[in-house]
Amino acid sequence: MRALVGLLCGLVFGVGLAVSGMTDTAKVLGFLDVTGNWIPDLAFVMGGAVCVTLVAFRFVLKMKKPLLSASFSLPASSVLDGRLLSGAAIFGIGWGVYGYCPGPALSALVYQDSKTAMFLVAMLVGMALANQVVGKKRR
Amino acid sequence: MTFEYTTPLIGGLLIGAASVALLLLLGRIAGIAGIVWGAISAQPDNAWRWLFIVGLVLGPLLYHLLAAVPYPPASALPWWQAVAGGLLVGFGVKLGNGCTSGHGVCGIGRLSMRSLVATITFMITGIATVYVIRHLLGGL
Repeated sequence: MRALVGLLCGLVFGVGLAVSGMTDTAKVLGFLDVTGNWIPDLAFVMGGAVCVTLVAFRFVLKMKKPLLSASFSLPASSVLDGRLLSGAAIFGIGWGVYGYCPGPALSALVYQDSKTAMFLVAMLVGMALANQVVGKKRR
Repeated sequence: MTFEYTTPLIGGLLIGAASVALLLLLGRIAGIAGIVWGAISAQPDNAWRWLFIVGLVLGPLLYHLLAAVPYPPASALPWWQAVAGGLLVGFGVKLGNGCTSGHGVCGIGRLSMRSLVATITFMITGIATVYVIRHLLGGL
C-alpha cells in the first residue's frame, strides 16, 4: 500500500512536471534569463505548487501522524550555515548551466535524449562526491 | 513576449497535490533529490522511493501519449554542458540538502527558513549563471 502511494504520488508529480514545461530545458533557461528574452511562465509552477503546500501542509502537520506511517519524517535542522548556502548556490549554478533540476531530469528520460542520461549519471556522481565531502551525515 | 500561465499553473497544482498526498499518507517530504539519494543509498523502507521514481518517468510518458502532446524540443546544448550541469546539480543538492521540490515546494510550504533561504539562493545563482553564459560568454 505504501509503495503504491509512492508510485501514484510520483506519477502525479511527473505529470505535473511535464504539463508545466519544467521538462523543457529551453523554457527553464528562458525563465532564468531575466535580463534577456525572459519567459516568465514557469513562475506559475512553483507559485501554484507552493500555494497548495502552504495551505494544505498547515492541516496535515496538525495531525498526530500520517495516515500510513508511524510518524512524520521532517528535516530537523534549522541552522542557516555555509553548507546550506554553498550547496544551494552550487545547485543553482548547475541548474543554470543545463536547465534541469533533479525531478525534471528524471521525467525527461521519457524523451530518450542521451544527454539527459549523461546529466543524470553526472548528477549521481555529484551526489556521491558531496556525500564524501560532508561525511556520512544525513538529514 | 509570449506568455502562457495555464499549463504551468495546472502543472504546479499537480506537483503541490502530489507533495501534499505524500506528506499526508507517508509523512514524507516530496524532495526529489532526497528521494533519489535515499533510493540509491539503500535506506530501509525503500520501495516507495523507487516506485516514486518510476512514477516520475511513467507520468510524463502517459501524459504525452494520452493527451497527444508532443515532446518538448531536445536541448541544443553540447553534451559536456549536460555533464557539467548534472555534476553541479548533484553536488549542490546533496550538500544543501534539497532541490527545487524539497526546498522550494515543500520547505517553503512548511515555512522552513532554511528552505526559503536556499530557494532564494539557488534562484539568484541560477539567474546569474544564465546571465553569464548567455550575455557575457555569448552562449558558450
